[in-house]
Amino acid sequence: MPKLSAILTLTSSLILGVGGVWIAYNVDMLPVSASMNAPVYDELYRVLFIIGCILFIGMTALVIYSLIQFRRRPGETGDGIDLEGNISLEIFWTAVPAIVVLFVGLYSYDIYDRMGGMQPLMHDHSGKMDNQAERVWGGIGSGPIESSSRTNSSSLPIELTAMQFAFIFHYPKGDIISGELHVPVGREVSLKMESKDVIHAFWVPQFRLKQDVIPGQPTILNFTPTKAGNFPIVCAELCGPYHGGMRSNVIVDEQEDFDTWLKENAKESI
Amino acid sequence: MTISLKPSNSPQEKLQPTGWLKYLSFSLDHKVIGLQYLVCGFLFYLIGGSLAGAIRVELISPLSDFMPREVYNQVLTLHGTIMIFLWIVPVVNGAFGNYLIPFYVGARDMAFPRLNAVAFWLIPPSGLMLITSYFINGAAQSGWTAYPPLSITTPAAGQIIWILSVLLLGGSSIFGGINFIATILKLRRPGLKLMQLPMYCWAMLGTSILVVLSTPVLAGTLILLSFDIVAHTGFFNPSLGGNVIVYQHLFWFYSHPAVYIMVLPAFGLVSEILPIHSRKPLFGYTTMVFSIMGIVVLGLVVWAHHMFTSGTPPWMRLFFTIATAFIAVPTGIKFFNWVATLWGGKISLNAAMLFSCGFIINFVLGGITGVALAQVPFDVHVHDTYFVVAHFHYIVYGGSVFVIFSSIYHWFPKFTGKMLNENLGRFHFIITFIGFNLCFAPQHWLGLNGMPRRVAEYDPQFQLINQISSVGALLMALSTLPFLWNILQSILYGNEAGDNPWNALTPEWLTSSPPPVENWEGEAPLVLEPYGYGEKNSKNTQESMK
Ligand code: HEM
Ligand SMILES: [Cu+2]
Ligand SMILES: [Cu+2]
Repeated sequence: MPKLSAILTLTSSLILGVGGVWIAYNVDMLPVSASMNAPVYDELYRVLFIIGCILFIGMTALVIYSLIQFRRRPGETGDGIDLEGNISLEIFWTAVPAIVVLFVGLYSYDIYDRMGGMQPLMHDHSGKMDNQAERVWGGIGSGPIESSSRTNSSSLPIELTAMQFAFIFHYPKGDIISGELHVPVGREVSLKMESKDVIHAFWVPQFRLKQDVIPGQPTILNFTPTKAGNFPIVCAELCGPYHGGMRSNVIVDEQEDFDTWLKENAKESI
Repeated sequence: MTISLKPSNSPQEKLQPTGWLKYLSFSLDHKVIGLQYLVCGFLFYLIGGSLAGAIRVELISPLSDFMPREVYNQVLTLHGTIMIFLWIVPVVNGAFGNYLIPFYVGARDMAFPRLNAVAFWLIPPSGLMLITSYFINGAAQSGWTAYPPLSITTPAAGQIIWILSVLLLGGSSIFGGINFIATILKLRRPGLKLMQLPMYCWAMLGTSILVVLSTPVLAGTLILLSFDIVAHTGFFNPSLGGNVIVYQHLFWFYSHPAVYIMVLPAFGLVSEILPIHSRKPLFGYTTMVFSIMGIVVLGLVVWAHHMFTSGTPPWMRLFFTIATAFIAVPTGIKFFNWVATLWGGKISLNAAMLFSCGFIINFVLGGITGVALAQVPFDVHVHDTYFVVAHFHYIVYGGSVFVIFSSIYHWFPKFTGKMLNENLGRFHFIITFIGFNLCFAPQHWLGLNGMPRRVAEYDPQFQLINQISSVGALLMALSTLPFLWNILQSILYGNEAGDNPWNALTPEWLTSSPPPVENWEGEAPLVLEPYGYGEKNSKNTQESMK
């Protein structure tokens, strides 16, 4: 009954598809999103989660169905059907993953570009090119999300020095040194990071951003906070016994509050 | 050059001890060496597992209160190193490879029996050295990845012992790889073509190519690292002008292929087990062979996906994203082929089958998270978090370890001539499957929500999920008990297995259980259709039973 099996296949794939999408939309596994980068990340996450759910549920269902349907019943002898291969089926399931992977790859390239991952990072805060020999490589910026309106001079430069087991932030403007990161909402921050001892990593889960902080090689991370609040900064690279305790906070303030904080703490008048 | 099929029958070999003592000797018999690898690996698994238990106990509470922080990092490092280099790699390659490959190619032993024994006997001393380093001056504490400069600045003694034992284990693995390549290519019984070999031979050929190409790079890297530690050279030491990122490239040039060294042989073993217990030919033999070779080639060019948050330029990130994602294609083919092998079969739901199917389900999930991790923008959030811990445990535990158990249930009758208790085996499977998923599935959530890996203390909001995970770990630990009981009980009082309890066609079943010293009393059988199951072939199977 090829017709019946076709209908069955069609309905079960439909159920799978709808089920996968339903799960992906109703199971939320991400923390609050608080940077310009984060909603873009969450979009990618959602698409990957939908595809993943469909594939996983589909494969699991196939395996369990086969185990039940084709199990050896008591007293049964003999072998299964002679099926050594089927060229068109095999081409089909080479093509499907290839297309899925190709789609995922192109799509995530687009996401990466929207996050500013393809922007050249070789500029310092004054807009001049950094010395190439300094090998400044870095993470994703929130760059082109606001696209052309962004100029380098509008970003807030902050320097991060990591050491066992603390993050130290330095604001060139006002010469402020702080153990916590204070930033205003809605303005691009450009973190230039370097480590004094071993490799650490700067991670703010709510920003969906992470970049290693490396000794002997500065790295840059750009981001634009979008939500006022207090978020954890987590070290994500094993850096010694107190690695788990190496945490800090990023305090995202409204512009006025941030300005007051700057004024109160500045060593020299701004 | 001609290599004789028979290994030399020198007088010393006649002097080899017999009975169980031969397992403690420098035996040249590939079957003895295979079982030596298996038992030795399992003992190390018990040690590595206890260390995992200690980690999960520490993580029951958000504070670092169960053991000192330095000790936690040592436990973590030992756990990873033992599980990879002393359990999974030696067992999926050394144990089953040595036991099965000579049978599959129709030979009476491996190509280089002495090299083979040397390769095995490197393992126990290096493993013991690694573990005793803990009691001498503290073990290494920079993780199994040993990234400098942390590995240069932590206490030197433990780190140097770690390097030494990984070098010896790498040497052992290279000797094994050379031996497998030579055996598969040169010792085939006349008349047997490459494309008639059981799939495990192809998996081992691919794996051994990876071992031989990539392990020397790890060795060189670790030697340079040891120079940095003891001779204060500056290869990777930034304060002496070294570059820490170069180490990561060299390390992952080995260690990404290493994940395939742990899983390709498992793919091969599953390809042997599924057809026999579902009484069907292996589906798509040729595409299976090509996908193994595809994985080998691609596996060599994806290493930098472990370094998306290091200092890597954008073009490099993109290249490695694309290369990595494409590994999912040959891998996917294998999974569809396995499901097609089950389809329309007469499936025995025994322990071997259940563990193999558990492997399929677990690995699919690990593969899906793998493809997600390969996407740079996705990875920058979850890299070095519990999400990655979940990913690779779905692969190495849910994948390789499940297959090891499946294989033990499948080949135990051949190893010992005794049957295992199937009900106890099914019970073992159920507890392991539930425990494993309870332990590792919630860790995806932990990683996404902000818990980094390799920490002894964490944000209290993660406590509940960590406790669930620890309960899962407890179940996994308990699940070892019915298994061990089953093994002991069956060795002593098990039912006689007979030569071929599964009515299988591959050559190891066409001899007595356990097999005689040179594998077959008479001439080696010529098996041209190792997967000739199925209705049309029922006659074949019936004949093989005689
Ligand atoms: C579908 C195929 C796979 C893909 C696309 C994939 C991808 C990845 C990626 C991108 C990472 C890095 C994540 C990070 O650290 O941020 C990773 C980590 C890892 N993968 Fe996979 N993977 C796959 C299969 C495997 C297999 C077959 C194994 C082992 C048998 C494996 C074992 C590991 C391990 C051990 C790590 C963590 C290494 C560490 O940092 O300690 N993966 N995988
Ligand atoms: Cu750290
Ligand atoms: Cu990898």
